[in-house]
Amino acid sequence: MSAAGWIRLLVVALMVGGLEIACRAGALPATAIIAPSEMVRAMIEVLASGEIATDIQLTFTAVAIAAALAISGGFVLGFLIHLSPRVRAALDPLLAAYYAIPHVAFYPLLIVVFGLGIGPLIVLATAFGIVAMIIATLTGLDRVPRVLTRTARVHRLSPLQEMTLVRLPAAMPHLLSGLKLALSYAFIGVIAGEFILSTAGVGHAIAYAYDNFDNRRMYGLIVFVIGFMVVVNMLVLVWERRMAQRRGAR
Amino acid sequence: MSLAARWRDSALVVAAILALWQAINLVGGDNLMTSPLATVQHAADMVGQARFWPHLRETVTAYLAALAIAVFGGIGFGVLLGAHRLTGEVAEPIFVALYSIPKVTLYPVILLAFGLGIQAKIAFGALHGIIPIVIFSLNAVRQVNRTWLRTARTMSLTPMQTVRHVIIPATVPEIFSGLRVGAALTLLGTMLGELFASQRGLGFLLMTAIDLHDVKTIMAIALLITLFSVAMNAAMLALDRRLHARF
Repeated sequence: MSAAGWIRLLVVALMVGGLEIACRAGALPATAIIAPSEMVRAMIEVLASGEIATDIQLTFTAVAIAAALAISGGFVLGFLIHLSPRVRAALDPLLAAYYAIPHVAFYPLLIVVFGLGIGPLIVLATAFGIVAMIIATLTGLDRVPRVLTRTARVHRLSPLQEMTLVRLPAAMPHLLSGLKLALSYAFIGVIAGEFILSTAGVGHAIAYAYDNFDNRRMYGLIVFVIGFMVVVNMLVLVWERRMAQRRGAR
Repeated sequence: MSLAARWRDSALVVAAILALWQAINLVGGDNLMTSPLATVQHAADMVGQARFWPHLRETVTAYLAALAIAVFGGIGFGVLLGAHRLTGEVAEPIFVALYSIPKVTLYPVILLAFGLGIQAKIAFGALHGIIPIVIFSLNAVRQVNRTWLRTARTMSLTPMQTVRHVIIPATVPEIFSGLRVGAALTLLGTMLGELFASQRGLGFLLMTAIDLHDVKTIMAIALLITLFSVAMNAAMLALDRRLHARF
């Protein structure tokens, strides 16, 4: 690890340690926040008790379906849009404005249309994630170096071969970052939807614990959700680095 | 592509959205989605009513306060952290990690810290907006070409002159891009805050409308918020492009 990496670890450790000491010393009220060690213990207790196993299953099913739809759909749509510059030019303002729209304003509408349950969550999370993948696919295909496509022409590759052997591999880094965004957006979409308008799922469990002044449980669940996302991000990052190394070595 | 052609294509997209919306209304009826015309009429009605204004004022106040915190805090932190190479390297991944966690789970924590009311919404909006602004500002300052700074020293510019003639022109376009993302996320955060445990504001109206199954009001508020954010985004995007072209 680099020097900056070690310092970063130290900074985070100091922050967590500071919070721990502040809570233990009673500087922060226990009604507002509990010590990090307590949070982790609460998380283990909640997970071990199996009370939220069904919630976890529901949330992760929704995230998996939504992420799969957003990633595959976004890739296909981005690919199709890339084929037609006219469609592309027309959709550009829409794509640029998409993430400016606070999607939460549409939650209620989705409930009306799809009812309660996993349906609106999947629609919401897919809609939230898919555009990131579309944009990443477009950028990736745009930025294929001219020299690569020329080489493909020199080698008389068919359009299909050019696509699979040259363009897609060249666009891979952008596709990967699109995948990362789509995945975390799908996760955020599902959790946010559950949090506000659902009767089950991890997001709902957090809101429910808050409503019941059950801080221990609430913080345990929060740490679980955030910790999970951080781990997933780190795994994707490692994968990305490995791909980058392979590209560099080639 | 000519400007006229671009306008025409955009108009076609808007027309397609309206047509789809109308079609859903025709198939599903008013209980599913009100028609575009009825929604616009209802939105105009609501804006005309006196009882709507306190809610709008609450949302706008919360949003502007959150935006101010996000903008000044974000640029301040970003520039400070980015000015020193090592601190920038240490801080950037932390903020990127913060960017990707579902911050909605932290709303109860904010509520416990700030209590129910407008402060919690402001804090939550600012929390959403400040992170991208820090990331963009930090990178903007970090990526100022070292040669330019050395040139400034060679020409013995005073620190003020260096800031005025080198650093600001070099960083403003990038920072502004961050502001655009941050402004959108601040609105998202403020709205999220209003949907959960709130007694006033547009988000509260939305939640009440859900309980009453008042599709017309849901649609009208969603329309108003969407128009506002799209208009603001378009204006900032236009400015953004001019800044990037100019500097």
